[in-house]
Amino acid sequence: MTAESASGADVTAASPVSPGDLLARRLLFVTGKGGVGKTTVAAALARLGAERGLRVLVCEMDAKGALADAFELPSLEFAAREVEPGLFAMAMNTEDSLREYLRIFVRLPLITKLGPLARTFDFVADAAPGVKEILAVGKLCHEVRQRTYHLVVVDAEATGHVISQIDAPRAIQELVQVGLIRDQTAWMIDLLEDPATTGVVVVTTPEEMPVVESIELIETLRSTTRVDVAALIANRVLPEPFAGNEERLFETLAEQGSPAHDRLTEVAGAAVDQVLGAARLAARLRRTGADHLATLRAAVPDVELILVPELYARSGGRRTVELVATALGEEF
Amino acid sequence: MAAARRTSRSRARRSEDAGVEDLLAAKEMVIVCGTGGVGKTTTSAALAALAAVRLGGRVLVLTIDPARRLADAMGLTELSNAAVQVSLDGIETEARGELWAAMLDTKASWDDLVRRHAPDPATRDKILANPLYRNITARFVHSHDYVAMERLHELRSSGDFDLIVVDTPPSRNALTFLDAPARMKDFFGGRLLRWLTVPARSRLFTVASKPFYQIADRVLGSRFLQDIAEFFVLFQTMEAGFVQRAHDVERLLTDPGTTFVVVSTLETAPLVESRHLANELAARGFHLGAVLANRVLPDTLRSRPGAVAAGKLKRGAGALAEELAPLLGEDPGRIEGVLAEAVARFEDLAVVAKREAERLSELRS
Repeated sequence: MTAESASGADVTAASPVSPGDLLARRLLFVTGKGGVGKTTVAAALARLGAERGLRVLVCEMDAKGALADAFELPSLEFAAREVEPGLFAMAMNTEDSLREYLRIFVRLPLITKLGPLARTFDFVADAAPGVKEILAVGKLCHEVRQRTYHLVVVDAEATGHVISQIDAPRAIQELVQVGLIRDQTAWMIDLLEDPATTGVVVVTTPEEMPVVESIELIETLRSTTRVDVAALIANRVLPEPFAGNEERLFETLAEQGSPAHDRLTEVAGAAVDQVLGAARLAARLRRTGADHLATLRAAVPDVELILVPELYARSGGRRTVELVATALGEEF
Repeated sequence: MAAARRTSRSRARRSEDAGVEDLLAAKEMVIVCGTGGVGKTTTSAALAALAAVRLGGRVLVLTIDPARRLADAMGLTELSNAAVQVSLDGIETEARGELWAAMLDTKASWDDLVRRHAPDPATRDKILANPLYRNITARFVHSHDYVAMERLHELRSSGDFDLIVVDTPPSRNALTFLDAPARMKDFFGGRLLRWLTVPARSRLFTVASKPFYQIADRVLGSRFLQDIAEFFVLFQTMEAGFVQRAHDVERLLTDPGTTFVVVSTLETAPLVESRHLANELAARGFHLGAVLANRVLPDTLRSRPGAVAAGKLKRGAGALAEELAPLLGEDPGRIEGVLAEAVARFEDLAVVAKREAERLSELRS
């Protein structure tokens, strides 16, 4: 169990990151539209924290195994394992969470008999709204409260689902009148709604749909919850090929029939147009992306926007996580 | 709006090559699946637009994704349960058919369902007013799965449309969506419902000694369990209607008129998901009509002459810049920089295009 394996860690000492820094919070929910690199960014934030001397837990919520892939491991378990020095990773599992919960709070010694019990409970959790969500969020809040880690980074559900997770304690408080779970919603809510402790990090790419969804998500978060939006991270931002005037110069060189273009064709062959075409495509992609980011900035002017460049990386894995962590580190 | 339409048009043009038009002509329902971020919604809109323009008839594109993106892709400000007609003016002036769009409104659909299946007005009103019911329908994950299948069935059997293109939630999610009817049947047949709906007093005597109920009571609170029980007692009155519908919906998915299209980009993670999804669809006996590779870079980026030209341009950039500087009235350093930048951008994109080509051939095999 995580709490035990990590006991003895002193995270109450002065934090190695400065206050106000994103990494100075205790609990970060990393979300965003599917496919924007949410898991990579979550892993990179966690890694960056660990590099700066924090003891960090990173947790995958949706059991897709993307976080395990990011660390090039076959799988992750509910019990956290150290994947890099100071960096611990786990995968959420509501059955294990229930087991741990019952052991800690109900002081239930019947761990061996819990198999069928947990299955039945799983069924109740399926039927009773919010129970699964609170088991997951409760586990994360527990880790934060225990101060086992300086920072807990959550590779949360995508935009469509993240609110029902973050908001689960409030929902349960409204639905459930008595009982242990209800009693525990108060401290979870305090923790989740304290901006010094908890923040949502919204990851996007400079594309139309991810940006639209990020704006919607932030609006919904602000209207239905009291959880703070800590940062926006734009991932895979293309490099700017030509600054202002240089693009005009490029177009002069690339203009069909112009003396300059004729010379380029003589030197490099007719296929020079493929090279110029690619450069133009890159410039266009960059420009479209910049427009989308401008929309995002205008819609959410009060949240810090952090840019991570396109890395043209071969795949996911540790190398990509390292590159994104470095890029993030330069931005902080 | 115009931009969204242009995107739809160019996607539609590309998809012709894959013979998708034949598929659209042969089927009555196309379920578009794929992992997040691959352009599933835009592709769904493009497929529906293609069918409406080229094949004619009334074509509906329906999104059941809880994140409401279809309206954006269609250039509409709002979508609801009611289908709205989308103008095809920006796409094709001589369109043969009509394009319609609708979104799943989970709450409204659940309410409809309850109205239809409730045995009497009193039960109906009790269910609609139950706090748990309101939470299940409005707030929580997966409640839209079942109702989405239900809505699909209704639209299909309404006979209002010749073709329905369905934009689903991201892939692993799409599977829970497909399994929703079976889960609903299991639920009605399951032990949990039986226990929950046993009158409270007899429950106390028969099961109070079992540890599960003691713990459930202690953790969840007996009042909450009672609320759940009440809700399910009411819910159970609708069993017959629900189970029948679940059967019908399952049949609809394996109907010869139904096909599945998997959308993927050629990046590693989406490809892994797409394979998984294709296998799962096959395992369930569903028809996989096409795999659409989206956002593929142009082939010219991989051409040998292009690479040769890039090499020559790189080596000759200095001399060219000196030569062109007086002609253009520019600083040679800036010209050289621009040429070098153009080559660098070509090389970056060429690497990505090569990687994509390899993955595409793996996907085909």
